[in-house]
Amino acid sequence: MTAPLDALEPAAQAAGSAEEPQARRGTLRYALSKAAGALFSIAMVIVGTFFLFRLLPGDPVRNLAQGRNMTPAQLDLERHRLGLDKPLIDQFFDFVGDTLRLDLGTSYEYKRPVLDLIGERLGPTLLLAGTGLVIAVSLGLWQGTHAGWRHGSRFDRFSTGASLVLWSVPTFWLGLLLMMVLGVGIGPIPGLFPFRGIESIDAPDGFAYVLDVASHMVLPTLTLVAVVYAQYLLVMRSSLLEEVSQDYVTVARAKGLRDDDVRKRHAVPNALLPTVTLVFMRIGFVVGGAVTVETIFTWPGLGQLFYEAVSVPDFTLMQGTFLLITVAVIVMNTLADVVYHMIDPRVRSA
Amino acid sequence: MSLLELDDVSVTYRIAAGEVPAVRGVSLTLDSGAALGVAGESGSGKSTLAMALLRLLPKDARVGGRILLDGDDVLTMRWGRMRAVRWAEASIVFQGAQHGLNPVRKIGDQIAEPLLVHGLAKPDAARRRVTELLEQVGLPAWRARSYPHELSGGQRQRVMIAMALACSPRLIIADEPTTALDVMVQAQVLSLIKELVAEHGISLIMISHDLSVLADVCDQLAVMYAGRVVEHGPSREVFHDAKHPYSKALAAAFPTVGDPASRMAPKGLGGDPPDPMHLPGGCSFHPRCPVALDECATLDVALWPAAPGRTAACVHARANEEVS
Repeated sequence: MTAPLDALEPAAQAAGSAEEPQARRGTLRYALSKAAGALFSIAMVIVGTFFLFRLLPGDPVRNLAQGRNMTPAQLDLERHRLGLDKPLIDQFFDFVGDTLRLDLGTSYEYKRPVLDLIGERLGPTLLLAGTGLVIAVSLGLWQGTHAGWRHGSRFDRFSTGASLVLWSVPTFWLGLLLMMVLGVGIGPIPGLFPFRGIESIDAPDGFAYVLDVASHMVLPTLTLVAVVYAQYLLVMRSSLLEEVSQDYVTVARAKGLRDDDVRKRHAVPNALLPTVTLVFMRIGFVVGGAVTVETIFTWPGLGQLFYEAVSVPDFTLMQGTFLLITVAVIVMNTLADVVYHMIDPRVRSA
Repeated sequence: MSLLELDDVSVTYRIAAGEVPAVRGVSLTLDSGAALGVAGESGSGKSTLAMALLRLLPKDARVGGRILLDGDDVLTMRWGRMRAVRWAEASIVFQGAQHGLNPVRKIGDQIAEPLLVHGLAKPDAARRRVTELLEQVGLPAWRARSYPHELSGGQRQRVMIAMALACSPRLIIADEPTTALDVMVQAQVLSLIKELVAEHGISLIMISHDLSVLADVCDQLAVMYAGRVVEHGPSREVFHDAKHPYSKALAAAFPTVGDPASRMAPKGLGGDPPDPMHLPGGCSFHPRCPVALDECATLDVALWPAAPGRTAACVHARANEEVS
């Protein structure tokens, strides 16, 4: 740029052009491009899944036989039934075609369509992991906000310390501990909550059934929340600490706002932004269930199903749950990007 | 009666290592409609002093003395009254080029916020007032719907000024309002401040390290060093004929525009500002002073008359007066 133009520019900038530029219609385009990227990732995952599970050691047919004596002819017949005798490339195209038609194959172990099995287990998992997520996020963000706002206070030291201790505890250990203390009962203390399954054997009907399920949820939810809420607390706390030292917070104070309003209107909305990504990623993992917690408390969810599939090993079932979890995480990541784009004006115009 | 009166104001930060005196016994007055400049290096306590005026310092800061705003002591006010005074009677122009504006809220909302908080306008009226304010600082009305990142540094500083004017305060404190702006924009912003302050009869306290900027805008000038006022007087006189060696060095640090000789030989000041936790004995400036005497190491000179209407805290200043 030439020197005279350079000298003129600041003045022109300061006055600003008289016309408002066209409002950007970028959000839709942004969402579409993100969706395209997500579709590509999902395609890659389908391809990857196929080869990954073919690379795993062990012969699925022999595993199915489970030690029973079978003649080579019987094994061949079984291979033919499962389509495992076709060339790899044909198997691959069969797999891709079936997957696109949402046919995830038949479980070796249960002899039922994988999709049906997943459908059955999805409800309990969403109930448990979803409730756990909501509680953990609310608890973590609330404590993180107050710990960060009054950092160094007794509340900060106590809540941050406690959450870190719980985070460091192994999930299975905490689960077993809670099961012993609150489920089985110690000494004179009786067990307070059931710790096996989702409902009692003689489950009542109506509202009493809801209470029955709720009481079964207490221990697994408690374990799930205790172990993960620290990450929301820590992210929120450090994010708020960063915002509090910014000038605009001092400006808000200088404007005569109450301390609470400075926090609620200025500091917290800004500090919440980084937590959005984290929460959405976690929603993606909710679908996968909590393998450890579900296994300990014999919760009939996807986590337990996955655990069973691995221990058999049931390849089609593993493949199906693996696909489901990956797709859920990809979809939620994409949603996180789009939501972030909508709520942060800086990202929107970038 | 003067609008603002500082009487022996001191600010001490209490940190783990001990006490840090940031401001030490500053007394200044500001008349209605007047403009006072406060100059000094970073660490001289000038920004701390500005924040103390509206009690915006962190909790670990202890403020002593009296700060009378319209006869009311800011330091002993109840919180409710303090909040009512903030922005409605005295507002602050921060360094808007950086982080003075909330990045995720629209500019119009941020300008209107103090009006709504103090109950000075209903939302409709506030929106009209925002348009009017943006016009006053030379920005088009549609800018109210912009976010801070969509503006240049100079435009953001204009928004900060519009925001400070929102409640028609009697006093505006401008803390380094032109730092981090390029020279052209700096000149525009300065003339805007000068114009608006004169037009509305607002009193101004302007804080800067740039003595030439302050001399241009303000009637009176106070030079601070290590938490104290070391020279005070009419700004032209202080700028062109400083009595305190520190003010001289500060004035010489910026080359005079249009004078190539001064441009080629800007006179900086050797050494670093003193550590406020370990201030040197005697005059705190003596280790860096080019004209220090032996007695300066032990004699702590208070502000004394250096010329008609002027004071300075230097042994030489008194001597000059006696000779003339």
